[in-house]
Amino acid sequence: MAVTREDVVHIAALARLALPEERVPELVAQLNGILAHMDVLRKVDTTGVTGTAGIGDASTPLRPDTGPQIPLARPREAFAPQMRDGFFLVPRLATHETADEEETA
Amino acid sequence: MTTTTSAAEAVAASLRRMDEVKAGADGLNCILWSDREHALAEARAIDESRAQGPLAGVPFVAKDNIATLHLPTTCGSRILEGYVSPYQATVIRRLREAGAVLVAKTNCDEFAMGSSNEHSAYGPVRNPICPTRVPGGSSGGSAAAVAAGIVRIALGSETGGSVRQPAAFCGVVGVKPTYGRVSRYGLVAFASSLDQVGVFGATVDDAALAMEVIAGRDPLDSTSADVPVPRYRAAADRPLEGLVIGRPKEYFPPSLDPRIAALCDRALDALRAQGATVRDVSLPHTDLAIPVYYIVAPAEASSNLARFDGVRYGLRVTGDGLRGMYEATRSRGFGPEVTRRILLGTYVLSAGYYDAYYKKAQEVRTLIAQDFRTVFGNGVHALFTPTTPTPAFEFGAKADPYEMYLNDIFTATANLAGVPGISVPVGRVDGLPIGGQILAGHFEEMTMFQIAYALERALGAEAHR
Repeated sequence: MAVTREDVVHIAALARLALPEERVPELVAQLNGILAHMDVLRKVDTTGVTGTAGIGDASTPLRPDTGPQIPLARPREAFAPQMRDGFFLVPRLATHETADEEETA
Repeated sequence: MTTTTSAAEAVAASLRRMDEVKAGADGLNCILWSDREHALAEARAIDESRAQGPLAGVPFVAKDNIATLHLPTTCGSRILEGYVSPYQATVIRRLREAGAVLVAKTNCDEFAMGSSNEHSAYGPVRNPICPTRVPGGSSGGSAAAVAAGIVRIALGSETGGSVRQPAAFCGVVGVKPTYGRVSRYGLVAFASSLDQVGVFGATVDDAALAMEVIAGRDPLDSTSADVPVPRYRAAADRPLEGLVIGRPKEYFPPSLDPRIAALCDRALDALRAQGATVRDVSLPHTDLAIPVYYIVAPAEASSNLARFDGVRYGLRVTGDGLRGMYEATRSRGFGPEVTRRILLGTYVLSAGYYDAYYKKAQEVRTLIAQDFRTVFGNGVHALFTPTTPTPAFEFGAKADPYEMYLNDIFTATANLAGVPGISVPVGRVDGLPIGGQILAGHFEEMTMFQIAYALERALGAEAHR
């Protein structure tokens, strides 16, 4: 299961990473080098073995969903890149850009 | 630990020591952030209130991935440059409530991903014992701060050995508690099924005292366990008669440096002389730990680090629309190792590869955990192994990523199984510290400390030469 250039470009897009073109060949080689060492796992007989997703016998306990338990020591405006009226601001989605133009027209 | 000086004097001495050893970027580079006036003011307040907490006036440092109110929390990454948390981690709160004073945040591999501290956005940390060599990682800054005499207690975090390995490289004590033993509230998540806050101590007693303070159930962390916390320091007085210590053959392979094996066997002889029984044991799936770890940890990291996208905190880099902003921010903010692990994690979780890699790794993880259950269920109370296969190496010596990952070969098993471990100095090779590792069953830190105290006492100065 060799990793290809297309694989790296695809997973970079999934991970929201913009890779410079010149870094792709190096990453293809590195990921293939790392994954080659993982192939040893395929030879292990795990028939009937249940996978371990986490430690502990009990499932993670739930708590009441009652909002923040500890007040913040500083307002969100102190660390958020951009806020307005208590909301985090982000660039407009590409699918909404035409709507924006229609509103301003 | 007993202090005969005032809190203000102790904190001032710690700050002076930072200057003497050049702890900043022009020297060891183990300290990233420090607010001297704040630390001194906190110390003076402790003196004035005559606080009697178990750590009253004791200065400490914390790894830069643990949330603090008065100093930045950047995880050694550009993506969180300048970020100051609006809340503090439970471990920080508990130490401060016990009277300890946070004097600085320490350098680390970016988002705790690394075994050498060469992957910090703020430059590598230098090993105080030999500054041309790495201090280990990822909590290398905390280990170096203890080794350099800046503090006697430091906080780090463990995902695959990030406290025990740098403790071994720097000649100090490093503890990885049982999964669930210590609250992770305020620890920036890397791989949630593996992460634990750990402690460094100049001595076993320092580490045991810090563990007594930070351990225990925390309603703010659902994964913290409701298990009583013993007085770990009481382990110092317990004799070793009746204890069975396993020597797992997989941790002493023929390729292991014979000088390291000899130091570990000397340590085992010392424990035997104090009444312990040493038994050869086997944990047959040990050699699969690194492949499993480097699937599970990057998979979880790729999910946990999705939150760093320029929306809520930290760096924002403008791009083409919303998606362009995400991509520009993350590409500019994350360094090469974090980028590599996010890609690896995304790959092993992606359609078509999930079963072959991630699901298989989870199944083999079960076998690794079963190894520990089997050995501890057959009359063995603890295991003794080398902490690392080599002493601290030169900067740039591990250019191949997988070769670097192999540094965790003796430590990652404990994280995968969730058991506690401690690294204690056992001697030196070519003047470089070597650590011996004691592993115990879940929530059996008392046994682990019992053996660590005995070993430290038996080796004395030999542990550091």
